[in-house]
Amino acid sequence: MVNVAEKKPLVQINKISKSFPGVQALDGVDFKVFGGETVALLGENGAGKSTLMKILSGVYHPDSGEVIVDGQKIVHESVQKAQELGISIIYQEFNLTPNQSVSANIFLGREPRQKGFLGKLGFVDRQFALNETQALLKRVGARFSPEAKIRQLSVAEQQMVEIAKSLATKSKVIIMDEPTSALGKEDVKVLFEIIRNLKSQGLGIIFITHRMEEVFEIADRIVVLRDGKFVKEMKVEETETNELIMLMVGRKLDRESFQRKTSQLNNVALEVKNLNRGDKLKDINFSVKRGEIFGIAGLVGAGRTETARAIFGADRIDSGEIWVHGQKVNIGSPVDAVRAGLALVPESRQVQGLVIKQSIERNILLPNLKALAQAKIVNLKAVRTLVGNYINKLKIRTPSAQQQVMNLSGGNQQKVVIAKWLASNPKVLILDEPTRGIDVGAKAEIYAIMHVLAEEGIAIIMISSELPEVLLMSDRIMVMYEGRVTGILSRKEATQENIMAYASGQSSYQQMENNQ
Amino acid sequence: MTTNENLPQKTLNNSFLGKVLRTQEIGVVMILLVMGIFLTITSDNFLTSSNLFNVIRQFSWIAIAGFGAIMVIITGGIDLSVGSIMALTGLIAALALNAGWGLWPSIIAGLLAGVGVGLINGLLVSKAKLPPFIATLGMMSVARGLCYGLTNGLNISDLPDAFVFFGRYDLPFFGINIPLPVVIMVILAIIANFFLSRTIWGYWIYGLGGNEQATLLSGVNTGWVKLIVYSLTGLLAGIGGLLMTARLGVATPTAAMGYELDIIAAVFIGGASTSGGAGTILGVLIGAAIMQVLRNGLVLLGFPAYWQSAAIGLVIIIALSIDQYRKQRQK
Repeated sequence: MVNVAEKKPLVQINKISKSFPGVQALDGVDFKVFGGETVALLGENGAGKSTLMKILSGVYHPDSGEVIVDGQKIVHESVQKAQELGISIIYQEFNLTPNQSVSANIFLGREPRQKGFLGKLGFVDRQFALNETQALLKRVGARFSPEAKIRQLSVAEQQMVEIAKSLATKSKVIIMDEPTSALGKEDVKVLFEIIRNLKSQGLGIIFITHRMEEVFEIADRIVVLRDGKFVKEMKVEETETNELIMLMVGRKLDRESFQRKTSQLNNVALEVKNLNRGDKLKDINFSVKRGEIFGIAGLVGAGRTETARAIFGADRIDSGEIWVHGQKVNIGSPVDAVRAGLALVPESRQVQGLVIKQSIERNILLPNLKALAQAKIVNLKAVRTLVGNYINKLKIRTPSAQQQVMNLSGGNQQKVVIAKWLASNPKVLILDEPTRGIDVGAKAEIYAIMHVLAEEGIAIIMISSELPEVLLMSDRIMVMYEGRVTGILSRKEATQENIMAYASGQSSYQQMENNQ
Repeated sequence: MTTNENLPQKTLNNSFLGKVLRTQEIGVVMILLVMGIFLTITSDNFLTSSNLFNVIRQFSWIAIAGFGAIMVIITGGIDLSVGSIMALTGLIAALALNAGWGLWPSIIAGLLAGVGVGLINGLLVSKAKLPPFIATLGMMSVARGLCYGLTNGLNISDLPDAFVFFGRYDLPFFGINIPLPVVIMVILAIIANFFLSRTIWGYWIYGLGGNEQATLLSGVNTGWVKLIVYSLTGLLAGIGGLLMTARLGVATPTAAMGYELDIIAAVFIGGASTSGGAGTILGVLIGAAIMQVLRNGLVLLGFPAYWQSAAIGLVIIIALSIDQYRKQRQK
């Protein structure tokens, strides 16, 4: 708070440009951070956020432009130099050694030595390290011991260690690259508390995220980049979500753009009756109609993913019936589910959805091989046509169908998972967190794809932790709490407030005869 | 044999030379070529058709068993029982022959024993969920024990000529004599390559090895795929075992001792990934060839046989180090 009065930025970037072969990643971008404020840096993937932050933290050298730290023009030579100047970055993937203690991690590579001869021999002053760590942990509000092993800590606690580590190098500016992407709701709250605390200690925080609601909660100022150019800078009080999205992608996203004809809404595509699985799922009943987008909301652990997995045969169920297009089906494994016309885009695309080291073609083929083979021999010509069609239809951006999936962006990876299921002509498509960790532009494309599929008559179940997205896309919304269905709301009834009320178990109603 | 067209690869530079240089096998092909050129220069006997076919015949059963082993390794598993299976199939066939079963019934009995062990491996891995290393380590011992038990540790000799024929006959082909095991190896290589690169099972096998969970969630019956793969490995190791026994003319319970390591080494020298999801039949052929050329070369150059094992170990380490280096540079 002190520095704001002086209005002298901790770090100022003037007219920075940077190009890579074939791409102008940054084109004359200005940026600054003051002490005691949080700046949200927004933009689609490829907008230049990462490049800008990598220049700031010394990973890249700019082609032109200047970086000014504390009023002095400097040239970053290395990450170490940037750290000495008080700029540190916390990446999405943590850099911690799991089997060592918190204190050992914080002082990794800079271990304090004992005084005198023992220190010369390389003996570490453990007590000093522990005391320092204790003080740093206190600054971030952590309650675990400096001697705890990293692997014993939750993801949120590990993040605290990362933050403490950057404080230990006397950082004045901390860059956080999508710090909330791996955190649950509660943990995000804790992180925000830490950020507010650091702010009050005079640090400048640069916050990169794809989640709009977080921007409004934590940021003081917003800077938007698009295609490597500075688009706009604004105070958070003077901004609203739609405007931000428009600035980032250059077009509008609202409910009106997803109005569908509801002609097919009479035929039930999927009916789930009295589904039970241990204490994870209790008496789940619902039905989804053809051409309907059926949202499932709830907190993490409420049983949303478990419901999807149980329907898909990925987890065993204790009891319950599943009906597809009016016929009862027995689903004991994903093999049965696929045969019955179900498709699941799982929560974690890299772990469950894709064979990451193989080509787009092979991934799209995986559930569809039987249909594309004659006498068990794969028809390569049919394969090329089909895969080419889906790459075009879903606008998967890739130089070729043989490209390894691991080289694609998150949004394009998700499109590959969707493509593999569309090729199987599913009756019911279950999407579990379909837009997690992908940028706004790709999100808009995924929404558009869902919209088209629903119009084609596919029943879509969308599980999402992002309420604005559930509200934007769903015709009806089922809310879960502790393994039970607490409510099924129509488009008209649904608001953020009453969904949260059902999701936290504060209100609940008796389901009305399986909802029609 | 273009085994690579269906494998995941970056295809930015499509020039022919670029393609050749980027194929997985290029590194080991170079090693094989260098060894061949070196031996041609230093020894008069290396580049003769009789020596070359002798070398190829000697690695043919290793390569044939390797065609199965690589499928298991592509799924992310391992099969340590292949050597024991080779011995067992030979023995069972020999026992049946001596009991007067006739040629084909005896061969089929031997192969059924091989498939049987493979099937049990498959059930242990896919149903009992044992780690493949443990399941096949157990079956390696069980199959070897059967060999000793059924024979009381004695050799079975006096095999009929009709059987020995398979290992010793040379097929005349435009003036050169190609050993029958080599012909069988080539035919099986073509079939196995087709199976892996063009059939739906092949796609499933690569998918399973690349990401088992994603493949299962794609509606593929992964347990069934594993069962097929381990059974096929039993069958192929069995064919290798029969050819080896026919060549030797005697079935012994200690036959093919330690061959599982040669087979697995051939697969890895040929570029298979230790974590699954990658590998080709062509690679196995080259891997098996490198090991046998090395053995042959050491003999031709007059090295004592006792040093062979150390030399082969070194080649394995060097080949895999080069491979690892290439992989890291690609990143």
